[in-house]
Amino acid sequence: MDVKKIPMRDGYGEALLELCEKGENIMVLDADVAKSTRTVWIRDKYPEYFIDMGIAEQDMVGTAAGLALSGVTPFASTYCVFLSGRAFDQIRTTVCYNNLNVKLGGAHAGISVGPDGATHQSLEDIALMRALPNMTVIAPCDSEETRKATLAIAKKQGPCFVRFGREAVPVVTDKDTPFEIGKARLCREGKDVTVIACGAMVYEAQLASDELKEEGISVRVLDMHTIKPLDADAVIAAAKETGAIVTAEEHQMAGGLGSAVAECLALSCPAPLEMVAVHDSFGESGKPEELMNKYKLNKDAIIEQIKAVIARK
Amino acid sequence: MNTAELKDMCRVVRSDIVTMVHKAGSGHPGGSLSATEIMVGLYFGGIIKVDPKDPKWEGRDRFILSKGHVAPVVYSVLARMGYFDVKELDTLRKLGSILQGHPHMQDTPGLDCSSGSLGQGLSIANGLALGFRKQGMPNRVYCLLGDGELQEGQVWEAVMTAAHHRLDNVCAIVDWNHVQLDGTLEEIKDLGDLTLKWKDFGWNVIEIDGHDVEQVVNAYKAAMEFKGRPGVIIAHTIKGKGVSFMENDCNWHGNAPNAEQLEKALDEINGEVK
Repeated sequence: MDVKKIPMRDGYGEALLELCEKGENIMVLDADVAKSTRTVWIRDKYPEYFIDMGIAEQDMVGTAAGLALSGVTPFASTYCVFLSGRAFDQIRTTVCYNNLNVKLGGAHAGISVGPDGATHQSLEDIALMRALPNMTVIAPCDSEETRKATLAIAKKQGPCFVRFGREAVPVVTDKDTPFEIGKARLCREGKDVTVIACGAMVYEAQLASDELKEEGISVRVLDMHTIKPLDADAVIAAAKETGAIVTAEEHQMAGGLGSAVAECLALSCPAPLEMVAVHDSFGESGKPEELMNKYKLNKDAIIEQIKAVIARK
Repeated sequence: MNTAELKDMCRVVRSDIVTMVHKAGSGHPGGSLSATEIMVGLYFGGIIKVDPKDPKWEGRDRFILSKGHVAPVVYSVLARMGYFDVKELDTLRKLGSILQGHPHMQDTPGLDCSSGSLGQGLSIANGLALGFRKQGMPNRVYCLLGDGELQEGQVWEAVMTAAHHRLDNVCAIVDWNHVQLDGTLEEIKDLGDLTLKWKDFGWNVIEIDGHDVEQVVNAYKAAMEFKGRPGVIIAHTIKGKGVSFMENDCNWHGNAPNAEQLEKALDEINGEVK
């Protein structure tokens, strides 16, 4: 299949440019990785909308909180692993406890960061962020959805976290594809099983669905870009209508999308569930594709879990 | 208020502090008593531009309590300013109270930010100052830090940020009482030459006796007049000031006086003026 590939982070940068062009009352902050997060585009074109905070993630989030208190909407941007980990207490106690209008852009999410290795591969951020009261957590599936998600959180009051990857990944949505915070997007209709995916795993899930169609297995695919608040209606409908669920994410199994779906199913509509995720381990250096294969974060892993979960029906 | 009236208000606030912490059965009297002149000078000395009748007034200056555990001194000052009924002080730390153990801005009229996890306030103050600058607003931001709190690395990140952006609408105050929870700073982790440190980081440093309320008010005015660099008032203070048995004793960092101790404390606070 011939698909266009663009890094998700480009969508973040494009959305911020759009907001600056419109003269929105925003401020873009970065912690010395502006070229990586694409906020360098703001620095170069709209310097009055940009502050480089230096290598100081905690100070960046605190400063963002102060900007929000003054009426400005800040976008604090850096590597996902440092944003969610290094500045966790600042996000918890200053941003979320005060319910401040701070936007957090986590770049280089997931294991596909590649050769930088485990220190830079963010695999725990969804778990950390979704545990926080008042927080909205979004993991878009491609650059276009990242752009829409960034524009959407700019309009939404309160703390919002969006995570996106480094690598060029297939673009599966276009300008007209709907995006609504908290509303799962149906990518493939199906009746035998549902794959609920986020991030770059949405494309892999679509590949799995298309391949299994030829084997006579009908696989529904949901792009669950918003992990908090979770679209419980879509999860429950999937459980009722297809009877089995597989989740897929570039994140630890503990606390991520799979956990969120498991909580929803256990409380509202128990159904067999399997998870495609990282199994309680750190990553390592390697090419993105090699890592996605080694850690079983691809189409084949999804197909394996689909077959396993159908056997449990 | 004139100096005599400010001194009277300090006695009122100190009485409030020990009384409310006694009634709550827990809380932090030591650092509240050391910061009393700092807070009274700021609010009753005509420094901070606020309107207790309109706590959310956009044109107000902001106060960020970075050392959130000294909520009692702030609550007393806000109550005495008229943000809420003084009787509310009796509810400190109780279920459903507008006065949480550590400040929660959504609950307490007049609070500009929540705090309690140390080291974060100056970053927030800088963000406010940058936001005011961006929006062409003249507001000033005051931020009270504890000395023990300066052991948190984030404080120094924020110190650099304010200096780099020349945030002269920021005024930090360090309550240098030399005592933290586990002992003295000199025993645990010494701050060294604090004045030199702040100067070296590019701040305008004003050093005062933090229990001389006239010096406190004058320091705020001097900081306000100084342009081009952020200002820090390093206030030499005594932990537990005004209650002899609490002074310089780390055991009174976070302890409530019993009825007998409260009576003794109130006698000392309201007795002969030294």
